[in-house]
Amino acid sequence: MIPSPTDQVTPANRAAAASIVLQTTPEDHRVAQLAAAAIGLALLDAAIPLPLPGVKPGLANIVTLLVLYRYGLGTAAWVTGLRVFAGGLLLGHFLAPGFFLSLAGALCSLLVLAAAWRLPQRWFGPVTLSVLAAFAHIGGQLLLARIWLIPHDGVFLLAPVFLAAALFFGIINGLIVARLRGEADADAQNTPNPVELKNA
Amino acid sequence: MKNNWRSLMRPGDWAVVGVSALAVAVSFPLVWQGGAAEKAVVKRDGQVVAELDLARKRTLEVAGAIGTTVISVEPGRARVAADPGPRQYCVRQGWLRRPGEIAICAPNHVSLQITGRRSSFDSITY
Repeated sequence: MIPSPTDQVTPANRAAAASIVLQTTPEDHRVAQLAAAAIGLALLDAAIPLPLPGVKPGLANIVTLLVLYRYGLGTAAWVTGLRVFAGGLLLGHFLAPGFFLSLAGALCSLLVLAAAWRLPQRWFGPVTLSVLAAFAHIGGQLLLARIWLIPHDGVFLLAPVFLAAALFFGIINGLIVARLRGEADADAQNTPNPVELKNA
Repeated sequence: MKNNWRSLMRPGDWAVVGVSALAVAVSFPLVWQGGAAEKAVVKRDGQVVAELDLARKRTLEVAGAIGTTVISVEPGRARVAADPGPRQYCVRQGWLRRPGEIAICAPNHVSLQITGRRSSFDSITY
């Protein structure tokens, strides 16, 4: 039996029929790359030993802030969301309490960033955004812990320590963001576009 | 280099950091003092006999199972001044100042406890 040319079943087009091809845009690729950077920093975060459980440098927030400055709130939200989910999978706490704490913190800090983003940038730089986001992060986590995990006000006994850590790491992360942005701007001004360089 | 880092801060950043530092500093005593002592609660057989305001000085005599327990209150503190119990544990406990502190005169079925806006613990079991 000779198959008609219209319904030829070769292994190649059977595979093509079975597989689903997602159309990705450059924007998707960018989000994926940035999220990968954020996930890497989140893993580094988890690997740094600190004396008190719950206190973390929050290095992934550096990526969130850089993305916010460069591509806006929507992309920052995507990158943060992907980081929380993929970070949860990689750290093995996906859908465990730690994951929901992380999610609550990320949501709160995004909300605060959405508001703080409207502050005049001439006066308020990355340090402000970073500190506010850090406070929102720990605030969201504490609230969820109070409501869900430990329904007792004793949860807030450690709040001052967490707030102090949030302030400290918030300032440091903010300075790093400011520094990286400064360098990026300087690079953009001083060095020619890498593509042009290659063609020259 | 140092100047470099400082140049990364904008005026509003300094304000935000300053206000935040202040808020964090204030949060320590606010959360950790456990509420101020406000009242002394005197109980006999588990029933509240009197709630004494810790602002004023006064003495209270409570008739118990084997005699009279004398409670004395001074601004910010209270103690069992005298008790008929054989071992005098509650008397020797001295002044009670912090919310949650309690002196129990078991033989006479009388207890004296300091309470605050918030107790520093839920309950205590012997």
